Amino acid sequence: MYQVGIDIGSSAAKVAVLKEGDIYKTILVDTGFNSRKTADEIYEKLADAGITTDNAFYVATGYGRISVPYAQKSMTEITCHGKGAWYLFEKNGTVIDIGGQDTKGIFLKNGRVMKFVMNDKCSAGTGKFLEIMTNRLGLTMEELSELAGRGTPTIISSMCTVFAESEVISLIGKGTPREDIAYGVIESVVTKVVQLISQVPSDQYFLTGGLCEDPYIINRLSHALEAPVESMPLARYAGAIGAALMAEE
Amino acid sequence: MANHDLPKLFDEFVDARKNGFLAAKEFKEKGGKLAGTLCSYTPQEVLDAGGIASVGLCGTSNETIPDAEKVLPKNLCPLIKSTYGFAYSEKCPYTYFSDIIVGETTCDGKKKMYELLNDIKETHILHLPQGQDRPYAKDIWYEEVKLLKERLEEKFNVTITEDDLRKAVRKRNELRKVLCEMYELQQTCPPAMRGTEMMLAFQKGSFTFDLDQQIEHIRGLVEEAKKAYAAGERIVPASAKRILITGCPTGGVIQKVGMVVENNGGVIVCLDDCSGERTRSLMIDENADDILRAISDRYLDIHCSVMTPNEGRMENTKKMIEKYKVDGVIEVVLQACHTFNVESAKMRDMVEELGIPYLKLETDYSTTDSGQIETRVAAFIEIL
Repeated sequence: MYQVGIDIGSSAAKVAVLKEGDIYKTILVDTGFNSRKTADEIYEKLADAGITTDNAFYVATGYGRISVPYAQKSMTEITCHGKGAWYLFEKNGTVIDIGGQDTKGIFLKNGRVMKFVMNDKCSAGTGKFLEIMTNRLGLTMEELSELAGRGTPTIISSMCTVFAESEVISLIGKGTPREDIAYGVIESVVTKVVQLISQVPSDQYFLTGGLCEDPYIINRLSHALEAPVESMPLARYAGAIGAALMAEE
Repeated sequence: MANHDLPKLFDEFVDARKNGFLAAKEFKEKGGKLAGTLCSYTPQEVLDAGGIASVGLCGTSNETIPDAEKVLPKNLCPLIKSTYGFAYSEKCPYTYFSDIIVGETTCDGKKKMYELLNDIKETHILHLPQGQDRPYAKDIWYEEVKLLKERLEEKFNVTITEDDLRKAVRKRNELRKVLCEMYELQQTCPPAMRGTEMMLAFQKGSFTFDLDQQIEHIRGLVEEAKKAYAAGERIVPASAKRILITGCPTGGVIQKVGMVVENNGGVIVCLDDCSGERTRSLMIDENADDILRAISDRYLDIHCSVMTPNEGRMENTKKMIEKYKVDGVIEVVLQACHTFNVESAKMRDMVEELGIPYLKLETDYSTTDSGQIETRVAAFIEIL
């Protein structure tokens, strides 16, 4: 029997398949405009690997969790990220998930979610902010981090994504080096994330979600939180892994 | 004295609203006196005693906020904007047909909004003390209640006697008792009613001109629920997590927060806002020597975050958590409500000290953050 966790987020859909408690397979696809289509696409991909409703139990999570018709169960991404992070890190601490649409802080103790925070509807300090800024600067996320590492402190003071974009445009207009702007963009996200996370403080943090392989961001977060921040490539799938684990319960 | 014409946009309204207007118009044409009230600090016995029907005008809909924002700043509490918007757009029959509106100096937003409201509709403002603990606070409030009585007597050409006040107290106590009885239906596990059902029943009642009718309506609901429960009917599953809702008035978020709680495995067992048990359980001694004084003293005992200090609210919530065997506390803060927002730090500390999970939701009446609210509430119930 396979346990399949499907995490349909606002920008990417993540799938984790567990077999006898071990991670057997992961899949990553863009969510696109239609979560229902994405769910169908995932089903096909899994079927190609021999995983079907005959031999698997599906649990859906994330914003698109209601659009997975073949899922037997659905859970919120907060519970799933908590479970998934516990599976990956096996330590008490606070999970930081910087998602495409919202950022969450989840305080874990002995594998249980004790407390969580999530940003309000504003997109500051989320993946959306980074997406808009990278588009504006004509960079990929990796390039942005790489440039920021060589930048000198520059402040983007506006917390609002729309206003911050205007601020970046003025910086470009003034001829500010792209390295410095990149530095300012990432500091803005880090500041906002840390503000949110400070409501669920801990002495150990774990970064899950799409930025888990970005050493620069991990470093800046750790610096601002004055505590270690751990991550690993699989942390991108934390929500999906957590959902797959739910299939057991 | 009063204008009985319908508003200009009347023909464009949906039937329910048209009916509301027609009922209010009929009430007025038969000589009914109508006052709009906005806050639980308003001493309703004084209005009752003068034969003046009172209706709650607290705005709970997003619909009139764009109208309100033509005048008021965007960054203001939705309750204030909605209330003003109803008056400004002439979309609320009760605001429209009110002879007078009675407001109070609670928060700064309301206080200043009333000045603008007064340009649309005659508004009397009761001046609340900033706190309850000064030795002269009760005297100030007594003078304010007396002033309201005099203003009403003059405006409506009536005399409000001690006897009228005692009768009104008796009636209001009766309503309070039956409301408390309704709240206490939630003590059993599982509770006898859905919390949202109660919220809606209460909201409906606040639009009735006739107090007896309102009492009968609530009593009917309570009896029905008790009978059904005794017959073994369980509307709420025993597994439902028991939620206490605290913070700002919740009339405008019944759908957005209340329904979301109850559709995601929770049940509201205690509504700990100003229209809930903490206010309703405050009775008035109908045999007090000075009845006006007894009335004013009772109203000043109400706990709202506009008071400083406001420790009584925390103490009461603590009692409610025990009384209703609460699993989790959700605090609803309406956007830009500074007093409840700041005070939420104290509430959170108190609740977490009891080992009870606490979730704060800062929101307004729009649907923009419905997705996020649903995720947060569902996740909160999952961890309980």
